[in-house]
Amino acid sequence: MTRVLELTGITKRFGALAANEDVSLHLDRGEIVALLGENGAGKTTLMSILFGHYTADSGLVKVEGRELPPGRSRAAIQAGVGMVHQHFALAPNLTVLDNVMTGTERLWSPRSARAAGRAKLVALSERFGLRVDPDALVADLSVGECQRVEILKALYNDARILILDEPTAVLTAQEAEGLFATLRQMTAEGLSLIFISHKLHEVMSASDRVVVLRRGRVVAERRTAETSRAELAELMVGRKVERPARPPATPGKVLLEGVDLSLAGHGGASLHGVSFRLRAGETLGVIGVSGNGQTTLAGLVSGLYPPDAGELLVDGQAVRVFDVPHAIAAGIGRIPEDRNAEGTIGDMSTWENTVLERIWSPRFSRRGMVRRGAARRATEEIIRDYDVRGASVDGRIRLLSGGNMQKLILGRVLDAGPDILVAAQPSRGLDEGAIAGVHERLLEARGRGAGVLLISEDLDEVIGLSDRICAIVGGRLSPAIPADRADARMLGLMMAGDWSAAEQMERADAV
Amino acid sequence: MSVLFDILGAVGMWEAMLRIGTPLILGTLGVLLCERVGVLNLGIEGIMTFGAMVGWLTVFSGADLWTGMLVAGLGGAAFGLLHALLTVPLGLSQHVTGLGITLFASSFSYYVFRLAIPTSSQPPTVEPFRPADIPVLSDIPFLGQVLFSQTGPTYLALVLVVVLAWVLYRTPLGLALRMAGENPHALDAQGIDPIRLRIGAIMAGSALMGMGGAFLTLAAFNSFFPTMVQGRGWICVALVVFASWKPARALLGALLFAFFDAFQLRLQTAVEGVPYQLFLMLPYLLSIVALIVMARRARVPQALMQPYRRGER
Repeated sequence: MTRVLELTGITKRFGALAANEDVSLHLDRGEIVALLGENGAGKTTLMSILFGHYTADSGLVKVEGRELPPGRSRAAIQAGVGMVHQHFALAPNLTVLDNVMTGTERLWSPRSARAAGRAKLVALSERFGLRVDPDALVADLSVGECQRVEILKALYNDARILILDEPTAVLTAQEAEGLFATLRQMTAEGLSLIFISHKLHEVMSASDRVVVLRRGRVVAERRTAETSRAELAELMVGRKVERPARPPATPGKVLLEGVDLSLAGHGGASLHGVSFRLRAGETLGVIGVSGNGQTTLAGLVSGLYPPDAGELLVDGQAVRVFDVPHAIAAGIGRIPEDRNAEGTIGDMSTWENTVLERIWSPRFSRRGMVRRGAARRATEEIIRDYDVRGASVDGRIRLLSGGNMQKLILGRVLDAGPDILVAAQPSRGLDEGAIAGVHERLLEARGRGAGVLLISEDLDEVIGLSDRICAIVGGRLSPAIPADRADARMLGLMMAGDWSAAEQMERADAV
Repeated sequence: MSVLFDILGAVGMWEAMLRIGTPLILGTLGVLLCERVGVLNLGIEGIMTFGAMVGWLTVFSGADLWTGMLVAGLGGAAFGLLHALLTVPLGLSQHVTGLGITLFASSFSYYVFRLAIPTSSQPPTVEPFRPADIPVLSDIPFLGQVLFSQTGPTYLALVLVVVLAWVLYRTPLGLALRMAGENPHALDAQGIDPIRLRIGAIMAGSALMGMGGAFLTLAAFNSFFPTMVQGRGWICVALVVFASWKPARALLGALLFAFFDAFQLRLQTAVEGVPYQLFLMLPYLLSIVALIVMARRARVPQALMQPYRRGER
């Protein structure tokens, strides 16, 4: 096998922090290597050095046997290295072709060769099965299509080595599957790939070889066929991680009941005649491929919008006013799906984000004045109790990692002692250690007697946490089945819209 | 009604529209270029004043008119560089920096002018640009008089509209410029340095502003006085929004404003019994109306007023 890429002894320090310490790794032609590590393990730094965004303090990067000059993206591009960034580097106001062609021609040439560029783009997109309209505005594309454009951008630069930084972070489960199928096809065409990830299942299913990075060092390298998920999890985190087990439930009275709820449009998909019951001290899991109405359901229960038809009963009382303050007053705690856009305000401080939701409660304000002392104390307690690392009371919240931001959100929600907890995709984008922490808290809330409505597209999460599970498909909710009778196959059928088994179970239980 | 027809039917009215429009076209193209790479340049009012002064002074000292225009362009570029250094590598507030440059450049212009021309009750004049008839074309009745019997800088401004549109939409440089204003991270990822590109574009845009100012002293008024720009710079900033950051629409907007201006000047003399200040307000009022109509669907450069720092999102 030909060695196409070789990193030797890369060390990079930011102040006292060693982001990469003597890291060496290599890539052979036609191979898919997964770079596995928790958030903050130094994966992105390493790839940024390879791509010339950072200069290493020491170490060598060789592409096809030739050394790359440090700190120059242009040189990396010309050597055939393409990078697909986690946060897309695209301009929404420009067309796909514009985005792809930027920087690919001599800057001062009097005329851009658009026709040739278009032909090349179309040829590439056909060859690799990355369908996209060259003249569409990027603003009009879905997330999955945007990623295709990012990959095409690299291919357009004649990349032979492709680096993907957490490529599935923003994709739905289906889109992710499609992506990995495409990547596999690319290796058949002679490309070599490195993808960065902290998701064990995709590393196991999509890579040939795994390099595990922990605290800036390579701690292990395995052929994917010769390792297991459990081993990788332990290598990545540095200790045995187990998701907490679910103790038996002691369901109480019905806290939240949806009766024939319908709602058109909001947040994407509509809801059609959704009914469910959530009892105190139990977790009801709603599983589904994203885009089937989950966002709408979560928004409705959180008080963002009223239903077009049907009723929502909290504690047996029909909800009349649908807005967030009423929902919170009714004891509904919310963990929003998108913690950056909806869960927090990035440029505001940690304490402001912590109390904003409850700023009108007497605990945090009096006669129109914010009680800063009380607010700061509450924030300090949450930071301590929920082990929010890297947070200071006055620091901007956007500086927190995803996992720590989620811990803070959990802390602020649970601190209010809600009777009902709506958790939408609570572990999306988090690493294994953080997921275990989130699950522990959700089980704790349930143990305290709260009803937890868990909306997720992660099968393991739903099976691990829920007492009863229903599937959401096209805005309709299936009957709920007991978790101990659910398995991946059955839930798969339910998510695909086959509810016969679930209905049978419901009928059997009714008898 | 007949008054209206008299005004609109006269060659002089349309000829004046192009003349009044020229500094606006140059200034608007300048702002447009700066904003296309993501930087607001509120220094325009002062940069135009400086261009007016330095262009005039160059010609007054004996140089020819085109040298005056060139010096005004270079002077504008110098202030552009100052604005660029403060806003691009240092990432300071573009509003504050721009207003500071306007205040500084205006006062500095007057200071230099007073050093050069210590005392005079009557501001000294220079021999201005004369209309240059373009052979054959200027003989076309009406249209020839309007379009092809203008001064050199007016022709230059019209040509620059086409040049800027070509550069922005037909060349690799233009795509890079637009990308710098939409997503500088993407530009950097493709191996082009957004910082240098932004600095260059701001300098070029400011040079156009300087030349727009020089048109006032070298083709319109023949002499310099400190308040002569009279808000034209601000109008240019508004016209860019009106134009949705597109050069051809910028030309349209500048000419529309100039049309109202030329029109109200003639109304002032034609209609009696109405205070002339009311007519003076007309172009600005109509600009606001036009802005409301046109700018609602405008596609703002996404990175406008966002400083670029590597590795930060």
